[in-house]
Amino acid sequence: MASKPRTLYDKIWDAHVVETRDDGTSLVFIDRHLVHEVTSPQAFEALRLAGRKVRRPDLTLAVPDHNLPTTARLDANGKRIPIADPQSAAQLAALEANAPAFGIRYIDASAAEQGIVHVVGPEQGFSLPGATIVCGDSHTAAHGGVGALAFGIGTSEVEHVLATQTLLLKRSKTMEVVVEGLLGPGVTAKDLILHIIGVVGTAGGTGHVIEYRGRVFEEMSVEGRLTVCNMSIEAGARAGLIAPDDTTFAYLKGRPLSPTGNDWDAAVNWWRSLATDPGAQFDKSVTIDASAVQPTVTWGTSPEDVVPVGGVVPDPASFADPSKQAAAQKSIEYMGLTPGQAMCDVSVQNIFIGSCTNSRIEDLRAAADVLRGRHKADNVKWAIVVPGSGLVKMQAEEEGLDKIFTDAGFEWREPGCSACLGMNPDKVPPGERCASTSNRNFVGRQGPGARTHLMSPAMAAAAAVTGRIADVRELT
Amino acid sequence: MEPVSAINGRAIPFGRKNVDTDVIIPAEWLKTISREGLGQGAFEAVRAEPGNVFDDPEFAGAPILIAGDNFGCGSSREHAAWALLDLGIKAVVAPSFSDIFASNAFKNGILTVTLPQENIDRLMEVAQTDPLQIDLDSQMVTTQFQDRFHFEIDPFRKQCLAEGLDEVGLTLARDNAISAYETRAATQMPWLSKGTEIAA
Repeated sequence: MASKPRTLYDKIWDAHVVETRDDGTSLVFIDRHLVHEVTSPQAFEALRLAGRKVRRPDLTLAVPDHNLPTTARLDANGKRIPIADPQSAAQLAALEANAPAFGIRYIDASAAEQGIVHVVGPEQGFSLPGATIVCGDSHTAAHGGVGALAFGIGTSEVEHVLATQTLLLKRSKTMEVVVEGLLGPGVTAKDLILHIIGVVGTAGGTGHVIEYRGRVFEEMSVEGRLTVCNMSIEAGARAGLIAPDDTTFAYLKGRPLSPTGNDWDAAVNWWRSLATDPGAQFDKSVTIDASAVQPTVTWGTSPEDVVPVGGVVPDPASFADPSKQAAAQKSIEYMGLTPGQAMCDVSVQNIFIGSCTNSRIEDLRAAADVLRGRHKADNVKWAIVVPGSGLVKMQAEEEGLDKIFTDAGFEWREPGCSACLGMNPDKVPPGERCASTSNRNFVGRQGPGARTHLMSPAMAAAAAVTGRIADVRELT
Repeated sequence: MEPVSAINGRAIPFGRKNVDTDVIIPAEWLKTISREGLGQGAFEAVRAEPGNVFDDPEFAGAPILIAGDNFGCGSSREHAAWALLDLGIKAVVAPSFSDIFASNAFKNGILTVTLPQENIDRLMEVAQTDPLQIDLDSQMVTTQFQDRFHFEIDPFRKQCLAEGLDEVGLTLARDNAISAYETRAATQMPWLSKGTEIAA
């Protein structure tokens, strides 16, 4: 008898079920656990209090990212520069002490391999296709870009994974986002995912795992796929997936923690079998026309508040749902905008290029291409580039990108989460606007009172040059 | 975790949709290495609004929060659940919750009650002046009027809440099953068993 066609999600799920309880809850094995300083101290403390150890330290990797200042970390003598904020310093010190105390490999803040966990995982070959990957961070969804089932968890679940290497989970529903056709020139993976979130809505994927399907993803680089999957959570889905293929394998081959020799061959064989079978059923399906996707920006305080760059700030009355009308009104007030105002008339004072969404080498190249031979506008007070990892930074410097950025008036920083969430000193001042390549435009996300417009790296560079939101296609 | 049975008392009629975890607890407050004291930072931006429900003495000490669709969207920070606990919130009633927030709330013994918008509208009205009663065993939200709203809850979560079970302890008791899986996986997918030791 032929077995029932399965989705990519079904295949990864089935391969990781330890056992299923009568009530349908399954104990699921976790292959890779990334740990950072913000969501782990309480979990380690709970283990300590209960006298429990980490079951599989070898499947766990710790790296600091959220709290680290992005200014120089070592002085001229190679000595560590102390972190001014005592709370941040204490939290970082806790991770640095907890990791070795529990036998976990720790990447030091000054190591070249340090970076944002979601950049480090794929870059080190720690994140692999078909693996289950968790981290106490909702943007863990990013690792779906290499075909891993990856999702964010809370601190109690971090503790659960540390102690047992498993999670108690219910099987998710599945949703396919089918993108037909190809993206036009100047339209990037970031524009596509912002557009998708606008269609699906910020809660549209709740309870589901999204699989992104279509030729556009087959032709997309791994960096682009990581960007797309990263923001699945902004559509409510805990995880996003793109089937692993030759592009994925070429990206992973030879990375420090990637399989080698016979293991590699066996792994590739299995990875090739993971793609969704023809005829497999999804619980929900959304179709997107790629040719309709324009460079896209956000106008409001939810990632679903998107508009093509040539568009205008919507009139709250244009929304059918009365509660959405009220929310839009509130957002527009917070953002200091006027209904009907052209997005291209909105001036910006701050530019942030970075975050786990857009801080990989390809992102920096795209921004640098726009900035080459240009300078930021006078009204742009603060422009920073925060590479996703020390290795991305080194690669960019080898290519001379740092020079392009600094010549254009940008600051070239050390890796970390930075102004994406304003936990470290990198914040957008109250009432000011930021063209940001990050993932969330929530109220106060980049600092109290800060106004965020999400966009692609090339669009953020165009905003820097013009001092306003601008269509990058008109610059090049 | 303390067992949960009934939650009775005033409810904060917040009602807002798409309340993200940055609104529940801003990132600045995540630098703590403790679970305590986060109530001070809870809903910081909302509380800056004049006449907000959180600082209304009418709702001081209320154990229930009523919210709109998609409550707790955004970040996975469990600090959002800890902040609610620190405010004295033991149950949140809303038309829908983000998956990660609902899980975090559950792990901290906060009951997330999902009800249709029309029931929420009615509870928002009652909450202005009168208390609500939430009973986990019968899965019912009631008022002193005629309202009786039944809610669904996952049976496993219900049992854990009702008995105050330690989930880590429960899973550790399945050690044999986990070990059997690890042995099987080491043969079938050996590269996945190697983790950070591969380069060593």
